[in-house]
Amino acid sequence: MQMIIANRLIDGRVVFLDDSGGWVNEIADGSLLVSQQDAAEQLNAAQRAVEENEVVDPYLIDVAADGGRRRPVLVRERIRAFGPSVGLVPQGLGGN
Amino acid sequence: MYRYDEFDHKLVAERARQFRRQVKRRLSGELTEDQFKPLRLMNGLYMQLHAYMLRVNVPYGSLSSRQLRKFAHIARTYDRDFGHFTTRQNIQFNWIKLEEVPDILEELAEVEVTAIQSSGNCVRNITSDHYAGRARDELADPRVYCELLRQYTILNPEFSYLPRKFKIALTGSPRDRAAVALHDIGLRMHRNEAGEIGFEVLVGGGQGRTPFIAHTIREWLAPEHLLSYVESILRVYNMYGRRDNMHKARIKIIVNQMGIDRYRELVEADWEQIRDSVLKVPQAEVDRINAYFAPPEYECLADIPDELNDVRARIPEFDQWMAANVAEHRIPGYSIVNLSLKAPGMPPGDMTADTMDAVADLADRYSLDEIRVNHRQNLSFVDVRQRDLFTLWKELKLHDLATPNIQSVSDIICCPGLDYCNLANSRSIPVAQDLSRHFVDVDHLALVGDFTINISGCMNACGHHHVGNVGILGVNKRGKEFFQLTLGGSSDENAALGDRLGRALPQDEVPAAVETIVDTYLAMRLDGERFLDTYRRVGIEPFKQAVYSPVQTRAVA
Ligand code: HEM
Ligand code: SF4
Repeated sequence: MQMIIANRLIDGRVVFLDDSGGWVNEIADGSLLVSQQDAAEQLNAAQRAVEENEVVDPYLIDVAADGGRRRPVLVRERIRAFGPSVGLVPQGLGGN
Repeated sequence: MYRYDEFDHKLVAERARQFRRQVKRRLSGELTEDQFKPLRLMNGLYMQLHAYMLRVNVPYGSLSSRQLRKFAHIARTYDRDFGHFTTRQNIQFNWIKLEEVPDILEELAEVEVTAIQSSGNCVRNITSDHYAGRARDELADPRVYCELLRQYTILNPEFSYLPRKFKIALTGSPRDRAAVALHDIGLRMHRNEAGEIGFEVLVGGGQGRTPFIAHTIREWLAPEHLLSYVESILRVYNMYGRRDNMHKARIKIIVNQMGIDRYRELVEADWEQIRDSVLKVPQAEVDRINAYFAPPEYECLADIPDELNDVRARIPEFDQWMAANVAEHRIPGYSIVNLSLKAPGMPPGDMTADTMDAVADLADRYSLDEIRVNHRQNLSFVDVRQRDLFTLWKELKLHDLATPNIQSVSDIICCPGLDYCNLANSRSIPVAQDLSRHFVDVDHLALVGDFTINISGCMNACGHHHVGNVGILGVNKRGKEFFQLTLGGSSDENAALGDRLGRALPQDEVPAAVETIVDTYLAMRLDGERFLDTYRRVGIEPFKQAVYSPVQTRAVA
């Protein structure tokens, strides 16, 4: 399975393309792409969002099922989806 | 401390307004990302894994408490309550929103801080010895010359589209705390035979994927020629720099390809034309800038070794801190205090907004309002009265800033790595956290002594792994994170690049490997030897054996 990931232009936050062509913050709400054709079409939609200055740098990532949840295959994309592995305020800094 | 003059104020305010208009045009779609990217990079704004990242300069590392409070405010208002101090005397904010950047730049301008030229192919933030103006071994304060160079290179069109980024560092001490030999240009003050102070000029040092120690291009340069000589170096670079290949575009590549002698010939020929031009620095200008760096009004005090020794004898923990974190000041009765941002488990260089505020308050009370950011990702108070040391130590302990580990195994330099950085192969911060939790026994740290560990998450080497006594480089092997160790690197006046120890290790084997290296050194060192001395004497073999074939080593021992 694949998904489309990007950064939102206005605040840079990581977002995923959803089924209705919108962009969402949570990986769980994004669109799961199961065929090559799906992926190609959605990438086109993402490219339009770039032209409309909604997002920058969209691309496809591989996602696997993990106990009913979605989990990007690459460490890099897991970190993008779930935040730094050291915590949003790094562990040790006394944040939440 | 340096204060802006009227030109700086105007320029910085205009720059912030200009960027506001550029952001507006980007958000409205008038500018595409390709058009906007170079503009944002000129203002220190990157796109990282999670958001925009803003890199803000701390010129020559000098910071007032008011400026540090502003960083705390930025972290709290526009970010996630923390910032990251880098090895280049910058601070990075990791969770910045594009639409808010113009406000941030205006807020920073209020306290005379900018992000101008903190990225892009221009002359970057000029760095210096963090003890500048205070060190006992210093010939003269190098910051006046940093400032001259800054004023000359900032927004200078000739240096705004260089083949690649350009980094300059200066030191006024024979003991090099600014890693000048690892910069595009390094300037090291020393006296000529007539006893006059000038600069040894080094060129072509750098790290990244092809590291080089800089070559000396001129043994001694009179300070009045500083600008013209730097200009000639940059001109030759502008002419010959490889704009066709980003990986070969740094000056180090050109210098090492054509050879330092040829590079010198070209520079000297160019310099002959301009050395006595308007670029000759009048002494009056040096004096004018020097006045901005005028030392604070010190009280007339004496050193108090006996009193301090009494307390040190009673309180071993204070004694350990004095030995590791406190340095000599050139004024009697004063000391330099290093604040360790490397308590066990801390991500190196990170600091919360609350801690920044607390440090600013302590600087007001105990350091004549001055804080230095140092290239080891720690902070320093450079004007502490010796009679305040004990009280200050207790205050610092409350904020976990008094770990007695400066320049020791757990004082690790580390880049943001794959937890934040777009270019990373591996996570560097967790390795640093593991190591600092592993080496917590402060008696052991003291026993081991000087020992630097540097970690980078990829070969760009932002964590200076090439020059760590132990360097740790994150690599990616078939999608998995591994770490390649190097030994024997050093960034001081005898700079050296580390040698590869052997095959890369998985993360969970790194602490044990470093411990083995430390133990091997302890077993072999002669009286008074630092790790580096032992390493240079015995070479890499014993360490290789110990890490990769432990059984054999034991049989030999
Ligand atoms: C997170 C965003 C960052 C990016 C995208 C980045 C990018 C790079 C790149 C591409 C290089 C290699 C330059 C070359 O070889 O020509 C480099 C070098 C370097 N960076 Fe970074 N860096 C980042 C963060 C940092 C941080 C946090 C520090 C300090 C802790 C830092 C300090 C340095 C230093 C000291 C060098 C090596 C000196 C040199 O040869 O230029 N950078 N960086
Ligand atoms: S060394 Fe690599 S991973 Fe670390 S900050 Fe630099 S570019 Fe990023």
